[in-house]
Amino acid sequence: MSDVVLSVKNLSVEFATEDGSVHAVDNVSYEVKRGKTLAIVGESGSGKSVSSLAVMGLIKSSNATISGEVHFGGQELVGIDPEEVRKLRGLKMAMIFQDPLSALHPFYTIGEQLIEAIQVHEKVSNSEAAQRVKIMLDRVGIASAEQRMDEYPHQLSGGMRQRVMIAMALINSPELLIADEPTTALDVTVQAQILELLRDLQKEFGTAIVLITHDLGVVADMADDVMVMYGGQAVEQSPVRELFYTPQMPYTWGLLASIPQMHTDSLKLDPIPGTPPSLINLPAGCVFAPRCAHRNSVPDGLCLTTRPELTTVSSEHAARCHLSVEQRSEIRISRNIGKVD
Amino acid sequence: MFPYIIRRFMLMIFMLFVLSVVTFLLFNAVPTDPAMLTCGKTCTPQIVEANRIRLGLDQPLPVQYFEWIKGIFVGRTYGSGTQTFECHAPCLGYSFKNGEEVTVMIKQALPVTVYLALGAFVLWMIFGIASGIYAANRKGKWQDRGIMAITLIGYSLPVFLIGLMLLLFVIVRANWLPYPDYVSPLENPIQFFQTMILPWISLAILYAAYYTRLTRSQMLETMSEDYIRTARAKGLPEKRVVRKHAFRAGLTPIVTSAGMDLAGLLGGAVITEYVFSLPGLGRLAIDAVKDYDLPTITATTLVAATFIIIANIVVDILYAAIDPRVRLS
Repeated sequence: MSDVVLSVKNLSVEFATEDGSVHAVDNVSYEVKRGKTLAIVGESGSGKSVSSLAVMGLIKSSNATISGEVHFGGQELVGIDPEEVRKLRGLKMAMIFQDPLSALHPFYTIGEQLIEAIQVHEKVSNSEAAQRVKIMLDRVGIASAEQRMDEYPHQLSGGMRQRVMIAMALINSPELLIADEPTTALDVTVQAQILELLRDLQKEFGTAIVLITHDLGVVADMADDVMVMYGGQAVEQSPVRELFYTPQMPYTWGLLASIPQMHTDSLKLDPIPGTPPSLINLPAGCVFAPRCAHRNSVPDGLCLTTRPELTTVSSEHAARCHLSVEQRSEIRISRNIGKVD
Repeated sequence: MFPYIIRRFMLMIFMLFVLSVVTFLLFNAVPTDPAMLTCGKTCTPQIVEANRIRLGLDQPLPVQYFEWIKGIFVGRTYGSGTQTFECHAPCLGYSFKNGEEVTVMIKQALPVTVYLALGAFVLWMIFGIASGIYAANRKGKWQDRGIMAITLIGYSLPVFLIGLMLLLFVIVRANWLPYPDYVSPLENPIQFFQTMILPWISLAILYAAYYTRLTRSQMLETMSEDYIRTARAKGLPEKRVVRKHAFRAGLTPIVTSAGMDLAGLLGGAVITEYVFSLPGLGRLAIDAVKDYDLPTITATTLVAATFIIIANIVVDILYAAIDPRVRLS
């Protein structure tokens, strides 16, 4: 039997707008296995959230076109009756969001919102559902859970709210949890607690997690595999160790170089110049080429004219880049990125 | 919650006081002599002076104000000696034009206006909210555009035009209903409904158009909130998402508007009352203005403004009932 919980193949999401069509997600493929975590990394507008919302069937906009394949729990989700996907949401696949204050309904108590999450999918009495909610709230580390159930989201702290969101997402023991920047809106100390909680619960329930983040620290902490997204495309996919040790393309290098380093004397960060591309008029060549410091190392201006394919470097590691593998390792050494063996 | 209501209540008392002072001063700011208005064209200065003293208009303003307020709470006696006139509480003054206590006139007019306002209110809330939600759920589609176009027309048509058209086509041309002739619903419920249905509709059209637009924009706003995405991520059916999560969150401004609009109408729906010859508060007020019937003007103003102030506190309490963030902070 296969351990693959979610398998996404050539997923594309396109939005028709008045200015032209927006390729928010362009041909993305990935797999997540039971009990494993895939981190999707990228800056705002890279398509990381949209690709996950597409998996969840949460893109409601009528001008969106979703194509490709999403295999989940033995079903193909793209193109089936939205009602079938709705039945899976919250039961087999769940999602938590960046800002737990705005993600919880301000007018209903914690208890009401969690009980609702159970009763959508299962006919259980209020008291039985409340009992399960209490156990789950205890499990996610909320003290005096019974009392908290009668409180409203605005009465809880940020960390507690995110714990409530996690409890709500996991209350039906889903096979897949999509966490969309779950710690971005939280204090650093609370961030660490929330991540630890997610890791513990993952071990306990065997949940597959898709973790969307722009924080490479979180990636190193949590992920088994990483997908770096840029301009709606997956530009590099690899197991987490390889991504940090032998990153293969300039955008990933840029991300790694812009992390503050404790062990160097340099006080200056090394940001990536420029801004992400507009998804309406993507460049004909490599989506990252306009901001890439190494595009001149490739002959014939290939980077600006031809889009690189996702090519494998090792069995599990692939990247979109015209630079040769030798060039890449030279540049890594000269820029002191990754780990030099 | 309780201190909140107490606070609101104190504020209401204070506002009513300010309101009474302002209405009283308005009464006195009118560039006519109230005593002059107490008798007809063949008036002698002696009668005017006698009436002035009889009505207490010779007293300094604070005394007059006190007498007026006293009249509202415990009643007052006009004049002295043999020619006294007893005005029982709540005494809002005596209308020489009609030869009647203002309170009696208001007691007759108020139920008409209340029936008119409440009936229209129920109609427009049901239709406005339902079509607003419907339009929001089909944003950009032909149903939405159609509803928006209709509401634009409904909103732009003056209420007297709607009223007169209904009157012309339903009653005069088609003879579907008898001519409006107001009776109390306790006396003759069928005639009451036959009289009120067109006023209700013509008043409701205007407001329903507005509430459709308000509900639609509220729904569109709350439907893009993060907690709606959460509700969907839970697997809630779209109907539940819309009704339980989105509508509840968008309800606050609708409640506010509804409270204020209803209160405004309770003070008198002047045009509708005129078009359908309903003897309500608005008609009473306008007739009083036309006739320089100062006590009646003051009293109707006071009643109308009191409705607004009461509506304010009711809306505030509903606010707290809807939104726990208001209740618990």
